Amino acid sequence: MAYNDKVLDHYENPRNVGSLDKDDPNVGTGMVGAPACGDVMKLQIRVDDQGVIADAKFKTFGCGSAIASSSLVTEWLKGKSLDEALSIKNQQIADELALPPVKIHCSVLAEDAIKTAISDYRNKQKGAESV
Amino acid sequence: MKKPIYMDYQATTPMDPRVLDEMLPWFVEKFGNPASRSHAYGWEAEQAVEKAREQVAALIHADPREIVFTSGATESNNLAIQGVARFYQDKGRHIITPVTEHKAVLDTCRHLESEGFTVTYLPVKADGLIDLELLAATITDETILVSVMAGNNEIGVLQPLEAIGRLCRQKKVLFHCDAAQGAGKMVLDVEAMQIDLMSLSGHKLYGPKGIGALYVRRRPRVRLKPIIHGGGHERGMRSGTLATPLLVGLGKACELAGAEMNAENQRLLGLRQRLLDGICSRLTHVQLNGSLEHRLAGNLNLSFGFVEGESMMMAIKDVAVSSGSACTSASLEPSYVLRALGVSEEQAHTSIRFGLGRFTTEEEIDFTANLVVDAVNRLREMSPLWEMVQEGIDIASIQWAGHH
Amino acid sequence: MVYLDHNASSPLRPEVNAAMQPFHAERFGNPSSVHGAGRASRQGIDEARRRLAEQLGVHDSQIIFTSGGTEANNAALFGQAARHGFQGHILISAIEHPSVLQCCERLRRYGMEISRVGVDGSGRVQLDALQAQLRSKTILVAVMHANNETGVLQEVEPLAQICRARGIPLLCDAVQSFGKVDIPFTEWNLSLLALSAHKLGGPKGVGALVVDKALAFEPLLSGGGQERGRRSGTENVPGIVGFGLAAALAGTERVVRVKQWRQWQQQLEQRLQEAVPEIQIAGQGVARLANTSAFLIPGVHGETLVMSLDLEGVAISSGSACGSGRSRPSPVMLEMGYDPELASSMIRISMGWSTTQDEMERLTESLIKGIKRLLHW
Repeated sequence: MAYNDKVLDHYENPRNVGSLDKDDPNVGTGMVGAPACGDVMKLQIRVDDQGVIADAKFKTFGCGSAIASSSLVTEWLKGKSLDEALSIKNQQIADELALPPVKIHCSVLAEDAIKTAISDYRNKQKGAESV
Repeated sequence: MKKPIYMDYQATTPMDPRVLDEMLPWFVEKFGNPASRSHAYGWEAEQAVEKAREQVAALIHADPREIVFTSGATESNNLAIQGVARFYQDKGRHIITPVTEHKAVLDTCRHLESEGFTVTYLPVKADGLIDLELLAATITDETILVSVMAGNNEIGVLQPLEAIGRLCRQKKVLFHCDAAQGAGKMVLDVEAMQIDLMSLSGHKLYGPKGIGALYVRRRPRVRLKPIIHGGGHERGMRSGTLATPLLVGLGKACELAGAEMNAENQRLLGLRQRLLDGICSRLTHVQLNGSLEHRLAGNLNLSFGFVEGESMMMAIKDVAVSSGSACTSASLEPSYVLRALGVSEEQAHTSIRFGLGRFTTEEEIDFTANLVVDAVNRLREMSPLWEMVQEGIDIASIQWAGHH
Repeated sequence: MVYLDHNASSPLRPEVNAAMQPFHAERFGNPSSVHGAGRASRQGIDEARRRLAEQLGVHDSQIIFTSGGTEANNAALFGQAARHGFQGHILISAIEHPSVLQCCERLRRYGMEISRVGVDGSGRVQLDALQAQLRSKTILVAVMHANNETGVLQEVEPLAQICRARGIPLLCDAVQSFGKVDIPFTEWNLSLLALSAHKLGGPKGVGALVVDKALAFEPLLSGGGQERGRRSGTENVPGIVGFGLAAALAGTERVVRVKQWRQWQQQLEQRLQEAVPEIQIAGQGVARLANTSAFLIPGVHGETLVMSLDLEGVAISSGSACGSGRSRPSPVMLEMGYDPELASSMIRISMGWSTTQDEMERLTESLIKGIKRLLHW
């Protein structure tokens, strides 16, 4: 299948590949997907004192569209508040990358990864308060 | 070196220029219909068709009268299996075929199931070979046909045809062999192997697309109900105007493949080993899918742990390979052939098929090995699974969220 | 050599041959492969499909490429029969191509009811006769567009309307007429249309079945799921590319060529009838293809005449070219009511894209000479 230029660009020059310290209370980690399905996405965010996402990193096992979707959302996340981040919908990702119908699930996975990372961060913060 | 490098010879092969040269006059100057018996245009075409029939027959040690031309191996497989089933259905309605066969065989069998036939889909061993004892135990009085491929299109594994042939003859069951991948690449002898029907494809052995053949044994005679009816071409087994240039091409392709088979196989085995060594000496967590010993010389199917196959194909886009069968590329399901070997879904997702062939060079092999090593290293740096393995986490122990 | 047997097979047009060349060699990929080599082949097929669809006024997705006209007819008949569990009734015209007749014989053995509607003396199916033979369990009607031996055209549009009104799909074998007559598939309410490339200057080994969007369809060949699951098997890419171009060229040139053929046809028929007054022309007076003339010559054995012309380097036919090579009176002529002896005298002249004035002159001369010799004039 011929990929869209934006997918190719993110695939060949992925932004923000890497890992943050998952034990850091200011870091939220979202790991979604399953190896048996052919996609696993790990998305991490570091949130600053103002509740703004200061950094985002990803690692993805999956097709070009999965890599591009996760790379794209790390770019979008930086500088956003958590509520703004939660408003990112998979359709926006799919539209931006012009994903074909068989690859829509990659954008769904990326949206899930955002939600899971934010939820992980909020759980950690709650845990810290209660201590 | 021309890029992209073609390394997908099990999907299709480029035509050999010698084949094309032989075909070209038949497109324009010599255009008669071989069935036209009343003028010289038709006679000339008919002679060419008969020569092609001899060339095809010679490759598999058959008699030219036993060769029926078709539009390709898919049609040959449909004709052999449906044709035998419908002709012999009063004798029995049971068919046996391994689970790793090509879709053209499996889907035809499924179609027959809807008509009331019973099909046993024979499991294979971890190396991809069938278990002969299991096959023997599966044959019943109701069994009319066993269909086993010569070489597998995804993993290149070669089945023990001679032993299967012996067993089938002894049990008085017909034996069909889909040799789309095997023909011209391994010694096929319908007498020695006691094969009753054999499917061949033009475009898998450096011949043209849109042409194939079915070998149908005359002694003891095997009978078929045709699937395409009409002018009664091909002794009534397959109607429709024969495409003379395509037949001429298939004939020449068979002649060349037969003449060059031994030397070519030695060369390919050397190239394949070079590719395997080039990759495995520099990467860990690489697994070979299917038997290395019983395998087409031009096939290598490897799983690169923690690197998804499609992203791998993108990363090595200067080399045309496939991840799973070309026919199923539109689906997201991992290869059913690999699954049948007991390969996990995860490992199936990381598989790449390298298909080597007549025009593959040592330079291309070295380039590919380097590209693969670089790509795997880069993608593993990006892979959360690889990271976990480096941290000593057992991935198999993790409860992953639901499949989608 | 004079070649006037285009209804058996037309030579490949040089421009079509040229367009096919890249797909023999550098663009050889399997169109199902995802890599660039595969996509380059896929593009060729897409373009051919678009060209064919344009000629017929249909959507690209309605075209299924096959290995030829015979397979297209078989796929249509089998596809509909299988969908009805091989039950019900199929009505066909008595002068269908063997690929329809023989396939229906098989379906009869499966337990289907097959009946034939005859033709009148001019070779046409009568609309009321057809209508009278439709049954409540009729699942398919098959009537060819132009007959291969006479070139006589059936009234497909009103036939299709009759069938449509009864909710019965119509299979039209347009192997001979495609490219020589306009066939607006959608406008005519057709359901299934069989086509072949090598009758119009395309390559052998490729054809197509055109299917109404709303019609369900069981495939004849199972396997890798090519052609949207309706025809498995790796596509004959160069053949399909050649078919697309041949169809487009035939469409563009049709008006001019038909005018030319019509003129030559009239001249030939007139001169033959002047020279041998008892000669008859099958289907004279009704709509016929401009490229085809079928003559019945009392006292002459058609096959012998064809052989004697071949010795002079003139290729014509004494009936349809089919696989068995037998020599029998043409069933089409018998169906039209000619007695077996007269039917055996039939010869067919069929023109094509490469036919020239000079060829027609030489043919006419040889033909008159040959007939007179056989009649001992």
